[in-house]
Amino acid sequence: MAEMDWSVVWKYREALWDGMLTSLKLFAIALAGGIFFGTLLALARLARWKALSVPAAGFVNLIRAIPFIMAIFWFYFLTPMIVSKFTGQQGEAVGPFTSAVVAFIMVESAYYSEIIRAGIQSIPRGQPWAAYALGMNYRQSMVHIVLPQAFRNMLPVMLTQAVILFQDTSLVYVVALKDFLGAASKAGQLTGRIVELYLFVAVVFFLVCFAASWAVKRLQARLAVSR
Amino acid sequence: MDWKVLLEQAPSGGMTYLGWLASGLFWTLAVSACAWVIAFAVGSVVGVARTVPLAAARLAATAYVELFRNIPLLVQMFLWYFVMPEVIPKDWGDWLKQDMPNLLTLPFAAQFSLWEFTAAVLCLGLYTASRVAEQVRSGIQSLPRGQTSAGLAIGLTLPQVYRHVTLPMAYRIIIPPMTSEFLTIFKNSSTALTIGVLELTAQSRQISEYTFKTFEAFTAATLIYIAITMTVIFAMRALEKRVAVPGYIAQGGGH
Repeated sequence: MAEMDWSVVWKYREALWDGMLTSLKLFAIALAGGIFFGTLLALARLARWKALSVPAAGFVNLIRAIPFIMAIFWFYFLTPMIVSKFTGQQGEAVGPFTSAVVAFIMVESAYYSEIIRAGIQSIPRGQPWAAYALGMNYRQSMVHIVLPQAFRNMLPVMLTQAVILFQDTSLVYVVALKDFLGAASKAGQLTGRIVELYLFVAVVFFLVCFAASWAVKRLQARLAVSR
Repeated sequence: MDWKVLLEQAPSGGMTYLGWLASGLFWTLAVSACAWVIAFAVGSVVGVARTVPLAAARLAATAYVELFRNIPLLVQMFLWYFVMPEVIPKDWGDWLKQDMPNLLTLPFAAQFSLWEFTAAVLCLGLYTASRVAEQVRSGIQSLPRGQTSAGLAIGLTLPQVYRHVTLPMAYRIIIPPMTSEFLTIFKNSSTALTIGVLELTAQSRQISEYTFKTFEAFTAATLIYIAITMTVIFAMRALEKRVAVPGYIAQGGGH
């Protein structure tokens, strides 16, 4: 067993921090985009209009059937092509980060739409009916009656999915984007100290995700009591 | 679109690009199946351990689940493949990295060694075990307490209660969530491409790099993944129906 030299982590602290910021940025955008488009997808799936519900269900099932990495490859390939078609620009119209962001929003919106659909379906039918009886239209009953209750019910599951999403951001490694893991990999190649760097990455991820999961569990217990 | 490209001779392996996809599918299935055996065995033990009246066993099992669940799969893959050979005695590490046989003699010749394959299987198996353990635990805990008590009251020992009363019911209850874990292992096996296992996703990317027919290559791989998903879902529905306990659990397929 070779000697460990942890000073390498301190030496590359700036590169690692930059990588962490990239991971966090990707996480935040994918989370917001995933929940927003996931809500739209869930509403589309529950719509009575087949032209809306069938494509939405198809998209969600397709994304859920293929590996996350395969989906990243797909959008990494498609995004620049589609963007250049619309803008007429050739070549480097969109950078790798944008492509990665699009891939993550698409995949997460499919995952979140399933959570949100279950949340909406957990609301008793009488609730929207009562809203209609009071003279609200579909949009009003959704925005003011159904969705607030649904989001409250599914908050713990959504937060658990957020922790999983944070872990999944490490998958951008496959398109050579320098996230936290990518930065550690790079530093490892330069110094030959991959053991220390990968262990450091594992410890950081563990501490963040363990603390977050624990907080979600606490929140779940409190929500359960208040109901 | 040019689908005929898949029938062209590939630059290596003495087969067509379609052969590359078949070889990728073979390794995806091989990694997933081997990992599932580990996941099911270890996951069952850990899941049961979380429910036994023995504080030390519960603590150890909880620690296992939390450890494997809170580190990204990709990072775990690197820990097994890059870090593990460096922290065990040097001779063993060198043996893993250099002396493991390559897989060129197998029917679907592979450009990687048994060590890449082993690391991927260990990583995926032990990671999925933490998820299977949670399913097993929730299955056991969903049973009425009276079942265990009744088993003990008629003179069974605790291991006998698990063997004849608790587990046969728990495994039936958790078939649907276990189906999604089983599908997840297929999808997660693509992570093995980062350590050089040429499974399905890796092969489709390789074809796209050689032929520039990215759309065709990715579509072919995607269709294969969909086929696997549908096959597993149908097989598990049939299994669920076969083993359903009349009158107890909602019978499979009935929804």
